[in-house]
Amino acid sequence: MASAGAIEPQAVGDRHRVGSDALFFICLIGLSSCYVIMIIGMVLADMSYTTPDRLLSTIVDNPYIRQSIRLSLLTCTTTTILSLWVAVPIGYLLARYNFRGKAIVDTVLDIPIVLPPLVVGLSLLILFKYPPFSFIAEHVVFEVPAVILAQFMVACAFSVRTMRIAFEQISPRPEQVALTLGCTRNQAFWSVVMPEARSGVLTAGTLAWARSLGEFGPVLIFAGSMRGNTEVLPTTVFLEFQAGHLTEALAVSMVMIITAMIVLVITRLFGAERSIL
Amino acid sequence: MIEIQNLSVRAGAFELTDVSFTVPNGEYGVLMGRTGCGKTTILESISGLKPVSGGVIKLVGVDVTRLKPAERGIGYVPQDGALFSRMTIRDHLAFALRIRKWRGAAISRRVTELAELLGLAHLLRRKPRGLSGGEKQRVALGRALSFRPGILLLDEPLSALDDETRRQMYTLLKRAQQHELVTVLHVTHSREEATQLGDRLYRLEDGRAHELPVRRMETDDFEPRAMTT
Repeated sequence: MASAGAIEPQAVGDRHRVGSDALFFICLIGLSSCYVIMIIGMVLADMSYTTPDRLLSTIVDNPYIRQSIRLSLLTCTTTTILSLWVAVPIGYLLARYNFRGKAIVDTVLDIPIVLPPLVVGLSLLILFKYPPFSFIAEHVVFEVPAVILAQFMVACAFSVRTMRIAFEQISPRPEQVALTLGCTRNQAFWSVVMPEARSGVLTAGTLAWARSLGEFGPVLIFAGSMRGNTEVLPTTVFLEFQAGHLTEALAVSMVMIITAMIVLVITRLFGAERSIL
Repeated sequence: MIEIQNLSVRAGAFELTDVSFTVPNGEYGVLMGRTGCGKTTILESISGLKPVSGGVIKLVGVDVTRLKPAERGIGYVPQDGALFSRMTIRDHLAFALRIRKWRGAAISRRVTELAELLGLAHLLRRKPRGLSGGEKQRVALGRALSFRPGILLLDEPLSALDDETRRQMYTLLKRAQQHELVTVLHVTHSREEATQLGDRLYRLEDGRAHELPVRRMETDDFEPRAMTT
């Protein structure tokens, strides 16, 4: 071995020896496997706890569950459309322009993501005690619009993040060329930018839909848990579980698990390469 | 004609001041300079994509300094072509014409004319994905010329092409310029491109444009002579 300050040629038989990498890979694979197996195990346990026939008959025979599925589909779809309507312009603005206070706006947009869901619901409830929101509170709070608004407040924040990433990945050059070819900003946006952002929109939409479907905390506080009225799928799981009806709770959970898997597959097949889903 | 008078542009820490040069009507001007010296910034200012802090830009005798890019009547070919990935080549050539609400028959005639001029006829149904570098640049050129602009701006359009394709593009660019009667400003750092294509040569150095004699460009003598104050 060469001593400090003097470099000597290394003897042929005096090679630098390294230890085995086996332990590194055992830890890597071992820890990863634990988590993946837990996830698969949870889903398999749910599936093996009861039979498909029993699950189906539980859903068909229970009018509250049927109504809950209908309301969930309606509110999630409405929330998705609203979220995209808001997320596309905000995402584009943040991706393309620098302006004073951008960092503050960016931080504010993350608040619904980091806030505990129950707090989002409670904050909405308090917001509707103040004008102008208080003027329409009786038509919103503890009614179906409250379900949509509670879902929207959280789901939209995820859509905004996704759309921002999508627009950042699109080069501004084609859009600039479109401007020189005679387009207004609006024409360039719809004819050049949006077709390129198609996969981002799909990802943002499926993400908003999936988030809305699972949203429980804000819905419970802001819309209540009135059976057959503001009852969505997570509310049903909660109510059935509280009443000791494990089969019913499981049946609704399975509906949500299957839906979530479909959403995941759609996003993986058609979605943007970089997304938070 | 492209007239740049005392143009000043600021972009962050980068600054160009008092740049002036003129490309006469129907001529092919080449603006040379090292990477990062501001060539692209000048093209973006002429096309209206970058706001200027001072000076005047006149295109075909009209002061366009404060006009929107869409109102300047320029064809712009950026370095990478910047094609529209979701559109067919036919849609690229028809894009500016549809925006201008040309009639369908007139659009078809113009697309056919450009496709023949630029050798794109066999590509009209394809999308940009999978096209070669030369094909992409021909499409970008066709898209820029489609609405018969008076001015054509080319930002290092040949830098990513192999030697053979580049030589073919020299012929094509000259033919297109003569066919379309357009005044060209071509930005490059390639001495070969400048000598092959330029009627007028300018070198951007120390924030100023110096005109170079075309004849002398063919030798290794690159001493610039100041054109502007």
